[in-house]
Amino acid sequence: MSVLIRDQNVVADTVITLADEDALPSDGAVLVSWDRWQTEREHLLATKLSVGVQIPNTLDLADSAPTLLDRPLIALSFPAFGDGRAYSQARLLRDRYRYRGEIRACGQAVVRDQLQGMWRSGINSFALRPDQDPAACLQAFADFSAAYQPATDELVPVFVRRRGHAAPAG
Amino acid sequence: MYRYDAYDQQLVDQRVSQFRDQTQRFLAGQLPDEEFRALRLRNGLYIQRFAPMLRISIPYGLLSARQVRMLAHIARTYDKDYGHFTTRQNIQFNWPKLEQVPDILADLASVQMHAIQTSGNCIRNVTSDHLAGAARDELVDPRPYCEITRQWATFHPEFNWLPRKFKIAFSATTSDRAATRVHDIGVHLVRNASGELGYSIFVGGGLGRMPMLGHQIREFLPELDLLSYLEAILRIYNRLGRRDNIHRARIKVLVKALGPQKFAELVEAEWAQIKDGNLKLQTGDLDRMRACFDQHGYRADAAADPHFARAVAGDGAFAAFVKRNVKDHRVDGYKAVFVSLKAPGVAPGDITSEQMELVADLAERYSFGEVRVTHDQNLVLAEVAQADVHAVWEALRSKGLATPNIGLLTDLICCPGLDFCSLANAGSIGVAEDIGERFEQLDYLYDIGEIKLKMSGCMNGCGHHSVGHIGILGVDKKGEEWYQVTLGGSAENDASLGDRTGPSFARNEIAGAVETIVKVYLEQRESDDECLLDCYRRVGMEPFKARLYPQEAIA
Repeated sequence: MSVLIRDQNVVADTVITLADEDALPSDGAVLVSWDRWQTEREHLLATKLSVGVQIPNTLDLADSAPTLLDRPLIALSFPAFGDGRAYSQARLLRDRYRYRGEIRACGQAVVRDQLQGMWRSGINSFALRPDQDPAACLQAFADFSAAYQPATDELVPVFVRRRGHAAPAG
Repeated sequence: MYRYDAYDQQLVDQRVSQFRDQTQRFLAGQLPDEEFRALRLRNGLYIQRFAPMLRISIPYGLLSARQVRMLAHIARTYDKDYGHFTTRQNIQFNWPKLEQVPDILADLASVQMHAIQTSGNCIRNVTSDHLAGAARDELVDPRPYCEITRQWATFHPEFNWLPRKFKIAFSATTSDRAATRVHDIGVHLVRNASGELGYSIFVGGGLGRMPMLGHQIREFLPELDLLSYLEAILRIYNRLGRRDNIHRARIKVLVKALGPQKFAELVEAEWAQIKDGNLKLQTGDLDRMRACFDQHGYRADAAADPHFARAVAGDGAFAAFVKRNVKDHRVDGYKAVFVSLKAPGVAPGDITSEQMELVADLAERYSFGEVRVTHDQNLVLAEVAQADVHAVWEALRSKGLATPNIGLLTDLICCPGLDFCSLANAGSIGVAEDIGERFEQLDYLYDIGEIKLKMSGCMNGCGHHSVGHIGILGVDKKGEEWYQVTLGGSAENDASLGDRTGPSFARNEIAGAVETIVKVYLEQRESDDECLLDCYRRVGMEPFKARLYPQEAIA
């Protein structure tokens, strides 16, 4: 089982990831696929389960966001190191749809070298790939202490910081 | 020059530390090959045919003398004593050692340079007019806008893993010297009917195996909305660009598939949601950015100098240099002096450490300490008082940097080709040399006038062959090098893609084919003022085809 980092801490992952054919547990937190969420939504909402949804990185949130925004957890897919589509999904969930629940990164690209970019895009939990060193991953959030552009994190972009005061000399 | 503040410096320093750590993890076997590949590409490091190749970023082609000296130092210390300027205003070194690259990046950071995002599927170096700030036909200096865009694009968290590479170019003149129509985004600085400054936005241009010209998707974008609009375009591309086929992944393919109109609608809808958000610029942001660029104190009496005119009249070789390599500056009495990196027998764009140091010295003495890199792989000392041009010429000539061929046939641009690049099908440097030899006679060249010859060793089109007046593309036919020829391309405001002449030419035929084209042009042109491009547009392909493929005419 992979290590989970949430809000820059290593934590125990209490969410059970269900395959589409898996039986539902009686209580606790689960993560189901977007397909299962669409077909079994009424049924899932009738249980006592806390249900998160794993969405494909091709999903158009303009159509789908209404059925997701009340979920406690939305998991995004990073299936390959170079596939960055879910970065835009994360930004849209936070910035446009004001989603405040947990956004979790899952997949092959959830590694040290992408964590700060994911964090800046609004992702706050990370199911690390099994080969990752959690301690090294925690350091990744401090790789860069400033940012040129606004994103979905707490870093105030440099061009805004330069307003109102003379820039410190280089 | 744009001068870094503490934020800029901190970010490049942290980038060096990050890459040093990544390199160490790779060498210790803790970082998979494929992932290190993607990470090193974002720091400009390719593994090439013979050795790694390191591409260093030169934002909008502007260098300080101190930076040029550092490039010379890097060439001497880590490489074989020379560097290669590229068609996107960057410089490449062909022989650095992987383990030393973090040290090279640290050296670069000490002079406010880096190799960030010079390769990989991310937003690349922002390019512009090499005469920016010095050109007479300029609406406004585009470089502060380029720098604002460079900063927005640097480490943009959402757009670091795009479907494919992404290139943005700016132009602020009516004669587009930045080839904006063949970029993923081309930005033209313009004024609208009410006199307000803003931008015309073109999207979906590109070279390579599917050359296309960009489509205008917005006629006028207000000045303060630049970043939100770029963000909207990139977001649409990141979400919808194809990732299943590397050859269909550029934004031009998406724009073509959707149609420019539909693509523009998607961008506008996205932009409407973010235009008044935290990417909206304030007037003060632009003022502050302009103030980060050095202001030059031009001498008021520069135009009164009599020596320049006297030297032109009295020295034929100097006059030839002035005719071809010296352009007017927006300030009377100043000149832009082109340093030719196309001497006979030298690979286009190559420059030795010693030559770099000379250029740095001249920049410091005569051109406000600045050097520009052109898309045609030459350098420019863009702000030389006319009284000093003769001294600059003599110094350049002493180091083989004063070939009077800017804009002429032998000022051809060319990728590294099979000699260095692992992608290439065919050599390009040898062909360049053959062509150079045939046209050695400079007098003959003057007769020919301006011809842009561009050559690429493969479909990727690093040599921009599709927009050459004469384009040459190396192809592989059963293990042999062959060359396809196109005519009539242009990357300027009248942009067009070249047309194929017909079947390709063998290695031993290609220089002759170029000569044939030039001869047909000389016969067909209406006057000395009609350049090859205009002549071709008037007479069409037939006269050229008839001479290039005489056997077909008979059959």
